[in-house]
Amino acid sequence: MLGFSVALQPSILVYAFVGCLVGTLVGMMPGLGPLAGISLLLPATFGLNPIIAVVLLAGVYYGAMYGGSTTSILLRIPGEAASVMTCVDGYAMTQNGRAGPALAIAAIGSFIAGTLGVVGLMLLAPTLAEFALRFGPPEYTALLLMGLFILAYMSGGSMLKTLAMAGLGLILGMIGIDVMSGYTRFNFGVIELGDGVGIVPVAVGLFGVSEILLAAGGPAAQKVQQPKLRDLIPSREEFRLSVGPIARGSLLGFLIGIIPGSAHIISSFVSYGLERRLSRHPERFGKGAIEGVAGPESANNAAASGAFVPMLALGIPTSPVTAVMIAAIMVHGVLPGPMLIQQQPELFWGFVASMYVGNVVLLILNLPMVGLFVNLLRIPYSYLYPCILCFCILGTYSVANSLVDVWILLVMGGIGYVLRKFGYDLAPVALGLVLAPMLELSLRQSLAMSAGDYGIFVQRPIAAVMFALGAVLLLLALKPLVFKGKDWREQLM
Amino acid sequence: MTGDRGSITGTPGVEHKRGRLKSDQFSGLLLLALALYVGWQNRAYPIGTLSEPGPGYLPLLLVIFLGAMGLLVALWGARSAPLAAMKWTEATRAVIILGACGAATLGLERIGYRLTVIALLVFLLIVVERRRPLPVALVAFGFSLGSFYVVGDLLHVPLPRSPWGF
Repeated sequence: MLGFSVALQPSILVYAFVGCLVGTLVGMMPGLGPLAGISLLLPATFGLNPIIAVVLLAGVYYGAMYGGSTTSILLRIPGEAASVMTCVDGYAMTQNGRAGPALAIAAIGSFIAGTLGVVGLMLLAPTLAEFALRFGPPEYTALLLMGLFILAYMSGGSMLKTLAMAGLGLILGMIGIDVMSGYTRFNFGVIELGDGVGIVPVAVGLFGVSEILLAAGGPAAQKVQQPKLRDLIPSREEFRLSVGPIARGSLLGFLIGIIPGSAHIISSFVSYGLERRLSRHPERFGKGAIEGVAGPESANNAAASGAFVPMLALGIPTSPVTAVMIAAIMVHGVLPGPMLIQQQPELFWGFVASMYVGNVVLLILNLPMVGLFVNLLRIPYSYLYPCILCFCILGTYSVANSLVDVWILLVMGGIGYVLRKFGYDLAPVALGLVLAPMLELSLRQSLAMSAGDYGIFVQRPIAAVMFALGAVLLLLALKPLVFKGKDWREQLM
Repeated sequence: MTGDRGSITGTPGVEHKRGRLKSDQFSGLLLLALALYVGWQNRAYPIGTLSEPGPGYLPLLLVIFLGAMGLLVALWGARSAPLAAMKWTEATRAVIILGACGAATLGLERIGYRLTVIALLVFLLIVVERRRPLPVALVAFGFSLGSFYVVGDLLHVPLPRSPWGF
């Protein structure tokens, strides 16, 4: 009730609506994902109170999850990486003249999954936060390392490449003043680097700018279908076929969302593979099966809610987006973590309740107004990408009014472009960058506690269990590499 | 476009080696080289002891880790696509776009946000995308002034102005 008394205040409702609207638009534009959208709005939240700031930014996040499906279904262009799988059957449905039902099921599935995800967040986050109060430096070290191992295991690509990218991100996180000794490391004489490399220029560069560089010179915009409201209603059979995928996608997405990495992307891939395996007619997939839209869309929205569990309960980001959101909250002097629920209950419960409100707002926005939003897709990409680039520069510069940040953005854009050409996943870089200071502090504190004995990590039960789990996952991930067998990811796809 | 291929076609020996080199082998070796470089730079910071690790301790562990991963990527990279087969069709355009953004960054605090954005959009739309001048002018002026009004005036984010106050 505390949450709803906060979330239903008119000012919060307005900001939730603005966040959802901006998120939907941002999600529809290729190259401008939730991260770039959040980064753009970040400086504008500095003058707001922390509840409004987090409600606004969260609205952009799950709004982008919704919005990404529209371009996937109508144009076969994923507005957001998590909507890649929706392209396959969503676009096939459009070609079969069923664009309306595909959009409707995507919106309904997203609404149900988003709402169930918030229920999960409400139940799980306080329990996890209470448990995390027992954590000391060794447990945090184990948790962070386990997170990176899980990331390597869940990654759709090469485990070695994923681990290498996590290492690269951790090294980037070493730049700046060492808090324990006061040494300035790897700043190459640039004073601004003393504060370290910010997550916003790195993440927007790696994901936003590199996407634009890759798409440069691509084909011109296609003709866009503009579905009418009456065409949106799915048939009874389409509803029946979608129930199971939505339920499974919601559960799967939420669970994967808690895990570090590009959870919302992975969850949509896993959900699509699962639905195809469970289907009595797997041959329909790729030709317009509505289950191929319902499952992945539900999964990526549930994952967006799941990602907030470790962010709010442990203060640990599991994705670049939640890392930026943590930065946004910390600007206001609020520290996410186990004490948040006790010390700032109105912020925690207000945020949770605002997510229920946000999901309703998104359903209202996405169904009747889809025809209106589609007009955005008529803008030729050759006009769109220069404006997106300007947004990226503007958003990055305005975080700290620093030109060095803009240079970092451009360098990261170039590096991201090259790494993507070579098939590297970039999410671990951003994640490593954010986790590096926490990992270094907890590792050095652990070693100081144990007088240099690494045995501390196996003597403490919680840390030992986490390390054991991490080691098992690492071995499982290594198995196909050594024995040249098919791993579970290939079997699902 | 021929991208990076064009730069080495004149040297058959290099081309032959490049033809055998696989993309993962190349990228793995690049990561290894990066790890070696960072490791070299890390000499400036004390490693400390196990009970009191210094500022160079974790960076050292990380460069060993990155170097090992780079080496493993290279060793397991024999089955990846040949480096020479990689297509860099968009590379020239990507370099031009990045260069234009770099020039805009240099100009941002010198000539202000609005003029910089107008110049960047005009360059990208006319020179790179070969669009007609009238729509380009409308987009460049509209976007520049509109975004300054929303972000700078409405959201109160301080954006750089030119020496002439514009």
